[in-house]
Amino acid sequence: MLDDGKPLFQQIAEQLSNDILDGTYPEETAVPSTNELAQFLRINPATAGKGLNLLVDDGILYKKRGIGMFVATGARDRLVEARTRAFTHEFIAPMLREAAKLGITPGQLVHLIQEESA
Amino acid sequence: MTAVIETTSLSKHYPKGVRALDDVSIALEPNRIHALLGRNGAGKTTLMQLLTGQLVATSGDMRVLGDHPFENAQVLSQTCFIQESQKYPDGFRAQDVLAVARTLHPQWDEDLERQLIADFRLPTDRQIKKLSRGQLSAIGIVVGLASRAPVTFFDEPYLGLDAVARQLFYDHLLADFAEHPRTILLSTHLIDEVANLLEHVVVIDEGRVLIDADADELRGRAYDVSGRVDAVTAYVAGREVVAQQRMGGLANATVIGPIDAAARAELDAADLTTSPVSLQALVVHLTRTPELAAASR
Repeated sequence: MLDDGKPLFQQIAEQLSNDILDGTYPEETAVPSTNELAQFLRINPATAGKGLNLLVDDGILYKKRGIGMFVATGARDRLVEARTRAFTHEFIAPMLREAAKLGITPGQLVHLIQEESA
Repeated sequence: MTAVIETTSLSKHYPKGVRALDDVSIALEPNRIHALLGRNGAGKTTLMQLLTGQLVATSGDMRVLGDHPFENAQVLSQTCFIQESQKYPDGFRAQDVLAVARTLHPQWDEDLERQLIADFRLPTDRQIKKLSRGQLSAIGIVVGLASRAPVTFFDEPYLGLDAVARQLFYDHLLADFAEHPRTILLSTHLIDEVANLLEHVVVIDEGRVLIDADADELRGRAYDVSGRVDAVTAYVAGREVVAQQRMGGLANATVIGPIDAAARAELDAADLTTSPVSLQALVVHLTRTPELAAASR
């Protein structure tokens, strides 16, 4: 689940974001605690805490004193918006580069996408 | 935060110019899991022996829990040192070792002790000389974890332990550390296995500190680049390279430094692919070519 590329705490934040996007953690429900995450993912608790705090800073999670971390209302929409902004850079640009390498024109690419999603 | 372990220009020299430890200055923050990495003979054990008052330094200074550890009962009762090849008195059984350890460590937890004995399937009433290498290591792990010492040193605690037992050790370490935060200094060669447990890493080589950095920072310190030989050669020119390989028309290189936007654009334009370098691979590269490590700091 985890690889070496990015800082671990960032990967934790991304994984939790994915889980919020796909509805594993609906808004206003609790996400796993620092220690639960640390033990499940076999990582240092401080790293898990850093990942959770990254999402708190972004307004995706909020802390309830003495209870834990909860998914904020509107978190899903905010995540969709942020991911959409990153979509061009992360998916479309590499796809166009690969297509150019293979001699696939943008027109053919559109056709391929339509075929695949049909 | 004040460091729980601090050394200043700490050195341990032996006759004939042997510098087991040379001018080591580190500061380890409390309640973290620190790793002490390096090749055999790098000075890891020497450093731990100095910090636990088992050796006397040639020069330099150190503080453990704010005080000098040598013959300091106050400090030593708060530390636990699990040595790689601990010797026990003849005729001792595991339960004798545990009985002694219980009296030495005021924070000892008997519930945890029982659970660890069960999980490691440690025969406590058999003579230690009849135990396997792995069972011997398990005794050390039980003592190290059940002691709950505020400062715990593990010097390659896993010798002879199979993969299952090592995972048990890592899981118990994490679980108990989460409930009872304390300072752990772990020396190991199985870096990939523990990489995600670590918060801070010190690498020493030939008695000197090569790397002293947070684990997160090290994760982004180097990357592998691969592609056509001419493209890789052009890309690495003027960059810090710690390893390079060629196969036919292809090459790959391990490059120090973060991939910033400019580097990313250059990589994409040259059709080069990148992949992350694990902590273990980084340590291997740097301790093979120490002059490069100095340059990478």
